[in-house]
Amino acid sequence: MAKGKVEIDAEACKSCLFCIKTCPKNVLDITDAVNSKGYQYVVPVNAEECIGCAMCATICPDAAITVYR
Amino acid sequence: MEIVYKKPSNLSETQPNNFCPGCMHSTAWKLIGEVLDEMELTEKCVWIAGVGCVANAHRYIELDQFNQPHGRACAGASAFKRCNPDTFLFTYQGDGDLAAIGLGETISAANRGDNFTVIFINNGIYGMTGGQMAPTTLIGSKTTTTPFGRTAGEHGYPIHMCELLNTLQAPSYIARCTTADVPNVRKTKNCIRKAFQNQLDGKGFSFVEIISNCPTNWGMTPLESLDYIHDVVLKEFELGEFRCR
Ligand SMILES: Cc1ncc(C[n+]2csc(CCOP(=O)(O)OP(=O)(O)O)c2C)c(N)n1
Ligand code: SF4
Ligand code: SF4
Ligand code: SF4
Ligand SMILES: [Mg+2]
Repeated sequence: MAKGKVEIDAEACKSCLFCIKTCPKNVLDITDAVNSKGYQYVVPVNAEECIGCAMCATICPDAAITVYR
Repeated sequence: MEIVYKKPSNLSETQPNNFCPGCMHSTAWKLIGEVLDEMELTEKCVWIAGVGCVANAHRYIELDQFNQPHGRACAGASAFKRCNPDTFLFTYQGDGDLAAIGLGETISAANRGDNFTVIFINNGIYGMTGGQMAPTTLIGSKTTTTPFGRTAGEHGYPIHMCELLNTLQAPSYIARCTTADVPNVRKTKNCIRKAFQNQLDGKGFSFVEIISNCPTNWGMTPLESLDYIHDVVLKEFELGEFRCR
């Protein structure tokens, strides 16, 4: 089982990609899915790799990520 | 599993945060919100808005607030704090606001040691009005008012506000930090906490400069703007605590 879990508020995400570049485990990526403002929001594509380190949430300007460990 | 990070209580769940993608005005507000929650100040504080892109988030930030005319936040803060010494108070100002039109008000409040905190967002540009040169703009930088790049001869040199204020006797806390990477986000949060604590302890004027970005007017992607801060901006603006009483 994964050590951590992230929940991303798709409507708050602006696709800056900071979290994708910061995550040490390559958990996060964008897909073709877009939110109501047209931003390709981030999703945990490798959720089972998450260690709950919260580096993604620390760098996210928009406080769009909730982290569990 | 337990929650290890969640959005602070004082940022709205329903009202929009209209800062541009990757704009670190948002990061600054996230950190201010976290520190206010952790220090149990959310219900007790008032903040004064400078004029600039901070207006993008007035409804997103759920804190008691009033506005001052462009540059006058420190003058309004001095008056407010002297009349209401028990209210926790901070100003939030951009570099055009604080270091250009408001330079006199900023230095005067710092020199009097008025007991409030200033959060100063240095993004090297007038963001809100479409990318004009700010006092902090780097030599060589192209802006809409320096289309061939800033030159010292025509426009002067970038102003270093922390170093300038550090020549005054009264300020109790002066620090420059950045939110361009995870360790520095953590350091910035610590600086905000120390500045706020100094105000609670009645030590007088506290000042936190945050080296920020403006991907929109810098003509960069958000990720490119972070590299630019590390590779270029931080060579001009040294990070650190200049004073901590
Ligand atoms: C007295 C006055 N002069 C000019 C303006 C126009 N104005 C609005 S925002 C701004 C610049 C803000 O730049 P900065 O403080 O760096 O904030 P940023 O948008 O970069 O965060 C200016 C010149 C104004 N509102 N009032
Ligand atoms: S908590 Fe850590 S491992 Fe999990 S997605 Fe965020 S940065 Fe990646
Ligand atoms: S850092 Fe935040 S806003 Fe930026 S892409 Fe990641 S979740 Fe979206
Ligand atoms: S114009 Fe610049 S400073 Fe203003 S919200 Fe957009 S990126 Fe941020
Ligand atoms: Mg500015």
